[in-house]
Amino acid sequence: MGVEGIGASVVRKEDRRFITGKGRYVDDIKLQGMTYAQFVRSPHAHAKVKSIDTAAAMKMPGVVGVLTGKEIVDDKVGNLICGWAITSKDGSPMKMGAWPAMAPETVRFVGQAVAVVIAETKNQARDAAEAVVVNYEELPAAADIRAAIKPGAPQLHPEAPGNVIYDWTIGEEAATDAAFKSAANVVSLDITNNRLVPNAMEPRAAIAEYNEAEEHFTLYTTSQNPHVARLVLSAFYNIAPEHKLRVVAPDVGGGFGSKIFIYPEEMVALWASKKVRRPVKWTGDRSEAFLTDAHGRDHLTKAEMAFDKDNKVTALRVKTYANLGAYMSLFSSSVPTYLYATLLSGQYNIPNIFAEVISVYTNTVPVDAYRGAGRPEASFVVERLMETAARQLKVDPGELRRKNFITQFPHQTPVIMAYDVGDFGASLDAAMKAIDYAGFPARKAKAKSEGKLRGIGLSCYIEACGIAPSKAVGSLGAGVGLWESAEVRVNPVGTIEILTGSHSHGQGHETTFAQLVADRLGIPISQVQIVHGDTDKVQFGMGTYGSRSAAVGMSAIFKAMEKVEAKAKKIAAHQLEASEGDIVIENGEFKVTGTDKSIALPMVALAAYTAHNLPDGMEPGLKEGAFYDPTNFTFPAGAYICELEVDSGTGKTSFVNFVAADDFGRLINPMIVEGQVHGGLAQGIGQALLEGAVYDSSGQLVTASFMDYTMPRADDLPSFKLNHTTTLCPGNPLGVKGCGEAGAIGASAAVINAITDAIGNNKLEMPATPDRVWHAIHG
Amino acid sequence: MYETIYHRPSSVDEAAALFAKGSEAKYLSGGHTLIPVMKQRLASPSDVIDLGKIKELIGIDVSVDAVTIKAATTHYDVAMNGPAQKAIPALAHLASLIGDPAVRHRGTIGGSIANNDPAADYPSAVLALGATVKTNKRSISADDFFKGLFTTALADGEIITQVSFPIPAKAGYSKFPHPASRFALTGVFVVKTKSGDVRVAATGASQSGVMRVPAIEAALKANWSAGALDSVKISADGLMSDLHGSSDYRANLIKVMAQRAVTAAG
Ligand SMILES: Cc1cc2nc3c(=O)[nH]c(=O)nc-3n(C[C@H](O)[C@H](O)[C@H](O)COP(=O)(O)OP(=O)(O)OC[C@H]3O[C@@H](n4cnc5c(N)ncnc54)[C@H](O)[C@@H]3O)c2cc1C
Repeated sequence: MGVEGIGASVVRKEDRRFITGKGRYVDDIKLQGMTYAQFVRSPHAHAKVKSIDTAAAMKMPGVVGVLTGKEIVDDKVGNLICGWAITSKDGSPMKMGAWPAMAPETVRFVGQAVAVVIAETKNQARDAAEAVVVNYEELPAAADIRAAIKPGAPQLHPEAPGNVIYDWTIGEEAATDAAFKSAANVVSLDITNNRLVPNAMEPRAAIAEYNEAEEHFTLYTTSQNPHVARLVLSAFYNIAPEHKLRVVAPDVGGGFGSKIFIYPEEMVALWASKKVRRPVKWTGDRSEAFLTDAHGRDHLTKAEMAFDKDNKVTALRVKTYANLGAYMSLFSSSVPTYLYATLLSGQYNIPNIFAEVISVYTNTVPVDAYRGAGRPEASFVVERLMETAARQLKVDPGELRRKNFITQFPHQTPVIMAYDVGDFGASLDAAMKAIDYAGFPARKAKAKSEGKLRGIGLSCYIEACGIAPSKAVGSLGAGVGLWESAEVRVNPVGTIEILTGSHSHGQGHETTFAQLVADRLGIPISQVQIVHGDTDKVQFGMGTYGSRSAAVGMSAIFKAMEKVEAKAKKIAAHQLEASEGDIVIENGEFKVTGTDKSIALPMVALAAYTAHNLPDGMEPGLKEGAFYDPTNFTFPAGAYICELEVDSGTGKTSFVNFVAADDFGRLINPMIVEGQVHGGLAQGIGQALLEGAVYDSSGQLVTASFMDYTMPRADDLPSFKLNHTTTLCPGNPLGVKGCGEAGAIGASAAVINAITDAIGNNKLEMPATPDRVWHAIHG
Repeated sequence: MYETIYHRPSSVDEAAALFAKGSEAKYLSGGHTLIPVMKQRLASPSDVIDLGKIKELIGIDVSVDAVTIKAATTHYDVAMNGPAQKAIPALAHLASLIGDPAVRHRGTIGGSIANNDPAADYPSAVLALGATVKTNKRSISADDFFKGLFTTALADGEIITQVSFPIPAKAGYSKFPHPASRFALTGVFVVKTKSGDVRVAATGASQSGVMRVPAIEAALKANWSAGALDSVKISADGLMSDLHGSSDYRANLIKVMAQRAVTAAG
């Protein structure tokens, strides 16, 4: 592996700039003549916009322009799109209501923009925004799923009667029903998967610049996928053609999915920059982030699991209502369907699965992918059922899981996914050993004697990552292919630039991607520069989400490296007068095996660019590109076990221990993997114990700041004990599976299983706040 | 934030004079309540008069009878003050539980009690210890000072100069932090005075701000022990109910925190 190659815990290259305050985020960028945008947002969850009076605002100091929803519609800027078409069980297409970037007629959630003020300074823009007079006629609101599906509920969009976007099913209903009829035991649960606010550290921001002479736009924005942003902005929103729009996503401070989507604010900034002929900057504040970033999760589910007399699972039946908010965000439709129901088999051999998912509109901000996206919800359903079943059937929860584990691979589940490889028993063994599972009953008894309620909870999760084989997702309704691209440029002096379509917003690509190159060529990572996040520099790529950058992004680099190496070997062989087949690459040198003849990489590179002495017919230069389209999803899986104590006086949960045993395939940089797992676990534990976005019945966001929305803090979390078991992914050349979302997917069930074990009562919803736990104990 | 005029007076009198001149002036101490609401444009004072640098408002005096904390003394200074820790450990402990290090290094006792947030920690100590709040005009006893949510006996422009806490025989503070804000979801301060009186105050719980808890006072007066509270019933009537704590949960917390405070007091 070498000191900086694959498998080495190399310190992150990017951290020097981040921890010394030298990162360059969108808000750090200042352009000549830049103006500032402030949005005028609806205070109502549902209302008609009767009139907007901008006259007073226009006269305020420093105001450059005040633009409204009517103008953006008049200018034929397209409505926001949803990129994944879902078909209902009756064959009808999903029912999508129009989402203009600023509302010309109707607002449907608190915080929706109706107008924008552009001014010389941010404060002037804020002052003038307060002077815009909007006359609303309030309408009744449906603020959650139950309110939206009630007969006579307020209607959000005429296109979607009853607020139902689609009623979609997967699996065999008749066979599943039959299996339930003949079951020896049935376990059932009603589950609320709580709504979450992503809360990336850096709020969203955009700067748009229009060059009149060139008719060219530049957009600096907080994006996880700048090329997708450019494609959508040009192909659907009619603002600028692709070749006249450069999108730059510089340093981005976290995304967790929320920065995949193209939001109204960046559309408006682009459009406005041409209207006012000045660069326009918008930087969201934390309140705007709470109100307008796409939220995550928000399911209501009824789930049942059937067992035969030997405690083997025979069937799973799930009915889920998913809240998609007031409008369909870019990938919202796919999250509760293809990213959720396809994972309902968990780690288990379940012959029959049937799931129905009904997605509904509510007067809340749109809901879309958030770390894990559908898979945490699926894993929570399966692992809560398993734990509940073990208690009901009076068997050890570990044993019940083991009895039902899939052990033969590949394994085709009844819900599309074909698991390629795994060893679920090995992960569970490792986790049990790490937490001394066998010793738990004695620890519980001891705690009891001290008046404490102690519990243990398991969660054996699986996820589908490496999103995704383009053909497969295309057949399921995706509007895009999900391959990745790479270009390897060897400079004339032998240093290397990797241009990747992936985008790092905290993941550490500048380090891990360089490690791959270092590994293959035997050069230090300091010789490698990773270039990403600029559509003018990098070839079209699909960006980063769904734990895809190692499995898909690095595989593209791998393929491009193979091409570069093949050409370089030809040049080296020519220079060394040896046979190409005898050339090996070691420590940055091209060597003729079995001899002391060698030529260093810089000399090979120089030869490629001077082109004075290349093999006949060879083109000069040393630069190759590749596109990699995966053949399957990857399937990271693992076992999490949580041991905790509950204070029966206050309902407060304290961790005793939390262990993880993950199988991510090959690890490129174990330290970075650990960081990813820690962050994921924090978010999974956050969902279980702390976080929950709550709207009141009128559609006001009650948890609109950190005073009410509990973000996990370091002292809320245990010190994690991480372990790895490894089965190499056969689907990609590196054998990697992805590690970015696992913690968020697996942790919440482990925590809730442990609390319900401790209190001996299964009636507990997330977030399991002290208040809720205390009520679960005391009624 | 709207535009405002910032003043840095060097004496209490100068501050009061500046206040009288401003059309809608506000005092600024640690700024940890005022600045956030100004940034959210929920407050728009014409003048901001900074008390934080006035020397006569900073410092802690400990005598045989009382701990006197001047108004612009930070929570950190109270938490770390040796003589104060020794005289009323529960008070220093309370200060150490406020917010986070950044908050404790800026926020002040004067700002906290002038603001009288129903979930703030200090008001429980002021009330339970029977402290005296001294202003540039008069002295106000704790029982007369707190007047409900964010309301105090302070007149417009009146400046708190110091708070004087009688040293008790025993005192304890137990706080159950609000999961998100880390203010008190419920905090209870229990005191046994040198004359044998018992005073108990709860913060974070009541809809009308910090309050005495007579049921607990009576039980502890009869028997100063955590166990003495086992059979005490706290009514949920008039308690706050929100996302993080229903009124019955808060009623329970008043009792449980009181028990833990008694245990801590010894
Ligand atoms: C993140 C965060 C967490 C916090 N957590 C807690 C917590 O756990 N517990 C807790 O109790 N508090 C908490 N606080 C509040 C903190 O203790 C503040 O310091 C306190 O509420 C106000 O004190 P200040 O000195 O900052 O006052 P300022 O914000 O400067 O002023 C507050 C108000 O008091 C007035 N005022 C200030 N000084 C005087 C005076 N001498 N005379 C008359 N009027 C005056 C001001 O005009 C203003 O109206 C928290 C605050 C933050 C930002």
